[in-house]
Amino acid sequence: MKLKTFTPGGVHPPANKLSANTPTVKLGLPKEASIPLSQHQGASAVPVVKKGDAVKVGTLIARGEAFISANIHSSVSGTVMKIDDVLNASGYKTPAIIIKVDGDAWEENIDRSENLINDITLEPEAIVAKMKEMGIVGLGGATFPTHIKYMMSDDRKADTLVINGVECEPYLTADHRLMLERTDEILQGVRIMMKAGKVDRAVIAVEANKPDAVAIMQTRLGAGQNGCFTGIEAAPLAVKYPQGAEKQLLKALLNREIPSGKLPLDVGCIVNNVGTTLAIYEALQKNKPLFERVVTITGKKLKKTGNFLVRIGTPANMLLEALGEEMPEHTAKIINGGPMMGKAINSLDIPITKGIAGIVLLDESEARRRKPMNCIRCARCVAVCPMGLEPYLLERLAERENFAACEAAAVSDCIECGSCSYTCPSARPLLDYIRHGKVNVMRIMRGRRQQ
Amino acid sequence: MNNRLAVSLSPHEKGDLSVEKIMWGVVIALAPASLAAVYFFGYRAIGVVVLGMIFCIAVEYLVQKFITKQTITAFDGSAAVTGLLLAFNVPSGIPWWQLLVGSIIAIGVAKMTFGGLGQNPFNPALIGRAFMLASFPVEMTTWPVPLVNAWNLGADAVSSATPLGLLKEGIKAGQTVQQLAGKFPGYFDMFIGHMGGCIGEVSALAILMGGAFLLYKKIITWHIPIFYLLSLAVFTGVFWLVNPAKYADPLFHILAGGAMLGAWFMATDPATGPMTPKGQVIFAVSGGILCGLIRLMGSYPEGCSYSILIMNAFVPLIDKFAKPRRFGADARR
Amino acid sequence: MNPVILYSVAALGIVAAASAVILFVVAKKFKVDEDPRIDEVTGLLPGANCGGCGYAGCRNMAEALVKAADQDDISALNCPPGGSDTMSAIGKYLGLDAGETAPAIAVVRCGGTYEKAPAKLEYDGPAKCAISHRLFNGQNGCPYGCLGLGDCVPVCKFNAIYIDKQTGLPVISEEKCTACGACVKACPRAIIELRPKGTENKRVWINCVNKEKGGVAMKNCKAACIACGKCVRECPENAITLNDNLAYIDPAKCTACGKCIVVCPTNAIAATLSKVLGGVGTLSQKGSDLPEAKVIADLAEEVN
Repeated sequence: MKLKTFTPGGVHPPANKLSANTPTVKLGLPKEASIPLSQHQGASAVPVVKKGDAVKVGTLIARGEAFISANIHSSVSGTVMKIDDVLNASGYKTPAIIIKVDGDAWEENIDRSENLINDITLEPEAIVAKMKEMGIVGLGGATFPTHIKYMMSDDRKADTLVINGVECEPYLTADHRLMLERTDEILQGVRIMMKAGKVDRAVIAVEANKPDAVAIMQTRLGAGQNGCFTGIEAAPLAVKYPQGAEKQLLKALLNREIPSGKLPLDVGCIVNNVGTTLAIYEALQKNKPLFERVVTITGKKLKKTGNFLVRIGTPANMLLEALGEEMPEHTAKIINGGPMMGKAINSLDIPITKGIAGIVLLDESEARRRKPMNCIRCARCVAVCPMGLEPYLLERLAERENFAACEAAAVSDCIECGSCSYTCPSARPLLDYIRHGKVNVMRIMRGRRQQ
Repeated sequence: MNNRLAVSLSPHEKGDLSVEKIMWGVVIALAPASLAAVYFFGYRAIGVVVLGMIFCIAVEYLVQKFITKQTITAFDGSAAVTGLLLAFNVPSGIPWWQLLVGSIIAIGVAKMTFGGLGQNPFNPALIGRAFMLASFPVEMTTWPVPLVNAWNLGADAVSSATPLGLLKEGIKAGQTVQQLAGKFPGYFDMFIGHMGGCIGEVSALAILMGGAFLLYKKIITWHIPIFYLLSLAVFTGVFWLVNPAKYADPLFHILAGGAMLGAWFMATDPATGPMTPKGQVIFAVSGGILCGLIRLMGSYPEGCSYSILIMNAFVPLIDKFAKPRRFGADARR
Repeated sequence: MNPVILYSVAALGIVAAASAVILFVVAKKFKVDEDPRIDEVTGLLPGANCGGCGYAGCRNMAEALVKAADQDDISALNCPPGGSDTMSAIGKYLGLDAGETAPAIAVVRCGGTYEKAPAKLEYDGPAKCAISHRLFNGQNGCPYGCLGLGDCVPVCKFNAIYIDKQTGLPVISEEKCTACGACVKACPRAIIELRPKGTENKRVWINCVNKEKGGVAMKNCKAACIACGKCVRECPENAITLNDNLAYIDPAKCTACGKCIVVCPTNAIAATLSKVLGGVGTLSQKGSDLPEAKVIADLAEEVN
């Protein structure tokens, strides 16, 4: 049976899922946790603690006050040392709450037991409110505050919940391990989200290169008691990048195309990552706010790779230490995220935040860009663009700063997946210029709106 | 080797496709046709093929080193491809210095003046050939008979007309196709290349093998060659059905002349062709019709190179209108 | 005569005559009446269309000048490349006083050479400041400093700016710069500023735009302004102010006495002081009438 996938475009980078079979291990506590105030889309959270305050694991330390913002909870117990600017994964310094860690005392109302709780007592609105209170944001990398996705109105409703277990980026395996190790909790999370979104149908999308995850999902779904998993199915998809992007995912799974500038809710869908799903289960059923996540540490030159359950605020170099490794000698790039869409960072002295799904160490041989040549007009970039754009044209227009033409050529539709730059035989930096065009077109559009 | 980290925007991985791989892949795809050329036209063909490639690479190298003073990209394979295709578009008896002139025009004028690789609007090999045809009409239309005296170093080549040439002259002289049929080589001979013509265009079999290799390696897509040949066949077929005495059948037209070489190797040149499959179909269909038009109605016996050059001129217009479908454009649910 | 020639000549002659008539009629009927002064003023302007006046080209500026002349006041308009010669000529033609503007010049406010601010990272991407600016702090780690990729160079219509290969910083030519402002707009970090050229071309400025705390800034660049305030205290004209961990010299008050240059602990103050002009930031021993000339000359060796 031919597996579903999206059209048009897409590429097949080598999967390099080196850590796919490594079970998740809890990472030790740091001595100091630096918890940035901005770990999500939208406005930074506002601190509600000050220097000298004692905090426990799960204490609210910053509140999201704007409409698009999120709460932040302490991941450690100890004393607040200061609120200061700290270098983070963006390469810039941003404000963070720095806590001196003392022991591991949790807030009393958090249920730390292991038993599965499958009664969903709250009503949909209350579930959404609790998502907000517990600081749940999208753990797929975009860190969008989840409760906003569930805010619906009469003319904007959903009929399908899609759980994104695709993890199409090479090297990353955090979601894969979650699906294998926390299957039952994830399925309960799906039920909770279905109730919150008032939908009858949920599809868990997994790429076919994770057959064990597909199998375990389908087995557990089949073994559900009293039809508790009615309406939920696990769907394998053909392997192609960038299938995990929500536009491409909805096209592949349901053949629905989100129009330009619109959201999944406009085609009747809510999309959430499997990690977010687990966080929602823990928040709703165990009163556990979001303060830890699974992070993959990997790279071809590492002797061992790993998946760790990390408290946010932990310095990233503890991941390497936990593997018992040093930075490999000819590491050329450290990537926050996957090699296709991740961000190159200049130091591992940064705190792990809600948005860091993996750290990839790329060697000289893999990472260095080739010298660009002339565009040979082979049109391969057009063929692989999943949004139906013309990267060669956008690059040329952006280079010449013809931003009006960029806007007309729909540069804002670009999802920055990198398929074009990946494919180009002349090694042209297509996406760099396309981003230049996007940034300037957005600036022009903002200026227009203000007038 | 420094121990500093590199920072750049994503993506941080690169596929292994490169310009060199594509260009040298085309050269490999042209190997069967080269062997066929050597088999049928002997030592002269070896000379033309080798000199064509050397001249083109040399012209590009000299222009880049002394005139434009850019980084030297003469060895990336694209000049080799142009040289090989230019060689394939001339008869084996061509004097070396005429080939040199053709190379200078092909690379120096048709490619480098526009900015080098990928910037030329017209197919450089075809420009070179068109220039040579206009400048050296006698030598460019003197076709050695295949296999005769191919390896005989001392003897002169014996020349004859190509099937298309025979057809054109014969029809002008008032004969019918049926009367001329005796002079044409059989279909099998035309297929393997046992006929007069430019050294690379004679063997449809060798070109097909090369084309299959290009498709397998995903260097080209099937749209242009198939639609070009199809539209040529349909166009000539319509005329043949109406008046078989005056017009030859479509199979003859596909196998004769440069249609096969043009469809598989010249029209598929990425720099001068359209950027979307939609555009490529428009390009190929129009090219096939033009080729047929020139062959049937024009005064030249062969129209393939001109049809491609004319369509090259239309490519910017085609690209402007044949855009890919944007994701979510008509909001299908 | 051959009838073909006759017919050809007749046909072409008729076409030519008909075209001439059509062109004449169209030129007359669709003629746009324009104030003839606009053409004159356009002729007086340099014709570089650089946009330094704030208008879209010299003709647009001429239209603005004529419009302002109808309001009896052209003092607000100025053509930087043309300078006072052009403005007084235009003033004479229009019969009004052109405003007095001091000649200005673009000034690069960063001292982060390869030596002072060594690279800690390698930027692997297209050589465009606008792109790498959004990526990260810059190869030396300073989020405000010059990226050295040269976006300011191709926009200059007067060939007045180039990137010095030794230092990695832009250099602006005293003679060619017309203060049109193109490089100021091109720099994504607003490092280049238009400042008055100064009497006898003497001017002093803070060679840094870093707003980080002193200790942090010094980690990345040895020539950073650390906002210690010594220059503020030293200045006899009170021309220097401190804001956001950065000092700034007000060009209106500065007399180019050079006292602040000597006290700056990181050599973050640059100047063109001597009558014999060198490149930006160089000080010549000749022609300087300052008492601390020897000390300044030593500093010049270090800054370079």
